[in-house]
Order: sequence, then structure tokens, then C-alpha cells
Amino acid sequence: MNWVWFHRFGSPPYFYAVAGRIVPWLAWPAGLLIVAGLYGGVVMAPPDYQQSDAARIMYVHVPAAYVGLMSYTVMAISAAIGLVWRLKVCHAVAAACAPIGASFTAVCLITGMLWGQPMWGAWWVWDPRLVSMLVLLFFFIGYMGLRGAIDDVQRADRASAVLASVGIINVPIVHYSVVWWNSLHQGASLIRKGGPAMPASMWVPLVLVIFGFTFYFYAVMLVRARAEVLRRDRGGSWVRELLTAPEQPK
Amino acid sequence: MTSRPSLYAAALLILQRDLRLAVRRPGEWLQPVAFFICVTLLFPLALDPAPERLRQLAPAALWIAALLSSVLAIDFLFREDGRDGTLEQFALSGQSFTGLVLAKTLTHWLLTGLPLAVAAPLAAVALGAPTAAIPGVLLALLLGSISLSLLGSIGAGLTLGLRRGGTLVSLIVLPLAIPALVFGAQATDLAIRSEPAAAPLYLLAALAVLGLTLAPVASAAAVRIGLE
Repeated sequence: MNWVWFHRFGSPPYFYAVAGRIVPWLAWPAGLLIVAGLYGGVVMAPPDYQQSDAARIMYVHVPAAYVGLMSYTVMAISAAIGLVWRLKVCHAVAAACAPIGASFTAVCLITGMLWGQPMWGAWWVWDPRLVSMLVLLFFFIGYMGLRGAIDDVQRADRASAVLASVGIINVPIVHYSVVWWNSLHQGASLIRKGGPAMPASMWVPLVLVIFGFTFYFYAVMLVRARAEVLRRDRGGSWVRELLTAPEQPK
Repeated sequence: MTSRPSLYAAALLILQRDLRLAVRRPGEWLQPVAFFICVTLLFPLALDPAPERLRQLAPAALWIAALLSSVLAIDFLFREDGRDGTLEQFALSGQSFTGLVLAKTLTHWLLTGLPLAVAAPLAAVALGAPTAAIPGVLLALLLGSISLSLLGSIGAGLTLGLRRGGTLVSLIVLPLAIPALVFGAQATDLAIRSEPAAAPLYLLAALAVLGLTLAPVASAAAVRIGLE
């Protein structure tokens, strides 16, 4: 198999250029999907048979939880690739994932608290899924703290990559916590045996928002990663050429 | 070319050296135990010391104190050897670096984890646990502190030589230590209530074995990065 296309991404100028071209293709669909999904979920979908309109917070809570876990996975995998093959671009991607993932995890926890108060009668319960999601947030914070504490960029990359790889154990724990333990949190309702546990008018908007948040994550991540690549190579010749090159007609 | 000692012999040398250093500088391993006892004994002072309530609280007090004490003590693991270049010599010695890091971590456990486990039953009895609970508490702390030392070695490796290492180590290690805390406190609670504590003890042992196999790889990688 030919891996040239992959190795070219390891080159910062190439990554910078290609990522810049990809971003609009992610950002526009993200906006459209989120608007369509939220309209479908908040306005068009029928109220829940038990929770009536309060269940509509699901259209933010579930996608945020999904993207929070996904961003940790993307971060850990790209950090591990960067650690093994010493690709600077992968470390930039991992560094770009952390704040976005932490924000989505925080959104998931906050919307979960807002949802839990009327439904469970408590803002917070000490339930495996809630706790493991909180631990995920702490891993993001620890990762960012470690990066921030090390001045040398290469050392920060490699040390934080080890931490990200160690923390990946938490991802399956969050995912399976509702299966392994008797949890107050409901089980998987979307991807499960026998199809989704809700009518299409409810799960279609949910899936739209999940895809919307995912596209949004990748768009913002690429913007951040581009900035990170630029910051690291600020002394490099390609950055100087980029800045001094005459404006090209579009 | 001179023949190299086996990894086992090298590990024994590290053990001897670190124990000798500990005898000459007893503060390093006495302070964490003193801190542990101090924190545990603050609980009855901060609370209304009704015996029944203290007994309920004892497992949490013991484990949180143990966790904090081990996070504080982990600072001693690589600091001196990182500063004076001993770790660099380990890396250049041609021995398995992971093996040497494991030897150092286990010696560190002997010096900080073991005294903690010995002191824990005393603290438990002071908090109102029956004397029959002593073996259970001892075993829970023995198994749990192995995991704590191993997880701590990852954090210590990652923050090797950093100026702001202290709080960062806790931020890195404490989330990883949650499983050990949960099962350890559960085992201690069952032991204090004179109920069979085998199930959480087995889980603690499983965590310790998992830590023994995986953590040295991660902490050796972390220390290597710190040495670069």
C-alpha cells in the first residue's frame, strides 16, 4: 500500500495548506446540520412520553457527550502516533483537541445537571457514568496543565502524549459504565440491538446534531491545529514565504 | 568488555542503595507516614467524635489520607536521582530501563507504601474500628498502596524536573487512582463492619497486578522524555 499521501500530512506547510482548504467544507455542513437538527429536535419532534418537553435537552446533551469522548480518542490516538513516529503535526492536532474536548465534556456535564434536576430530583448523583465523565474532564485539564507546565515544546509534546495514552483507559469505562454497573443514567438508546428506542422523528434530529457537532469539532480542531503549526514554525522559511507572498487571486 | 550484571542484580543494587539512603535520611520516609496519621486524626477533631459516626467515616478518612500522603511522597521518587544524573546513568547502563524504574518504584513503595499500610490499622483502631478488622485494613492498604506507588511513578516521571511539579502531580495521579480508592475504601469498610471483604480485595490485587505490568512501561517512557 502506498502511504505517501499520509506522510505528506507530516509536513507542516502541506498540512497548513490542505487543512485550510478543508475547514470550510466542515464548518458549513456543521452549521447546517446543527441548525436543522436542533430545529427538528426542539420544534418538530414530539414531546417525550414521560418527560415531555424537558427531554429536548437531549439534543445538546447526547451529542456533547459523544463529541467529548470522541475528542479524547482523537487526541490520544494522534498523540500516540506523534510519540511513535515523531510527527510534529500529530502533536499539534492533539494539542488542538484538548480545549475543545474539555469544553464539550463541560457542556455535557452542565446540560446533564440541568436535565437531572427536574428528572432525578438532584443536580448531581454519584453515579458511575457521571463520575467517569467528570474524570474525563480532569484528564483534559491534567493534559493541558502538563503541556502548559513544560516550556520545551518537544518535551511537552512527548510527555503529554504519554499522559493522553495512559488516560485512554477511561474512554471504554465511560462508554460501558451504564452496562457494567447498575446506573441511574439510562443505557444506550440510539445504537443498540433492535434499533433506536425512539421514533424516527426523535432520533433523526439527534443524529443530525451528532454529525453537526462532529463536523464542528473537526473544523475548530483544524483551525486550532493550523494556528499551532504556524506558532511552532514561526521561525521557518515557509511561514515567512506565506506572509511575504503577494496576495493570490482567488 | 566487562560483563554486565543481570537485571536482577542491578535491581538488588538499587534496592540496597535506596534503602541505605533512606536510613541516612529518615525524614523522606517518616514524613509521609506522619502526614498520613496527622490527616486521619484531623477527622475526629473536625467532626463531632461520636463513635458510631467515626466508624462510618473511617474508611474514607484512611483512604483519602493515604492518597494524599502517597501523592506527596511520590515527589521523592525521581527528584534527587534526576537532579544528580543517576537516572541518566541508569538509561546509559544498557540494562532494561523499565526494569530499573520498576526496581526504584518498588523500593519507593517499601519506604512509603509499606509504612502507610502498617500505620493504617493503628489509625483505624483510633477511629473506632474493632481489632478484628486489622488484617483486612492492613491487606487493603498493602494492595492499594502498590497501585498508588505505580500510578504515582507515572506522574513523577511526567513532571520530572518541572518547577511547578507538586500540584500537577496530584492533578495527574488522583484521577487515575479513583479505582484503587473505590475498591480500597470498600474493602476497608467491609473489614471494619466485620463482613467478608474478599471481593474488593481481589479487585485491589487485580489492579496492583495490572499496574505492575503496565505502569512501569509508561513511567519509564515518561522518565526518558524528562531526561532528554
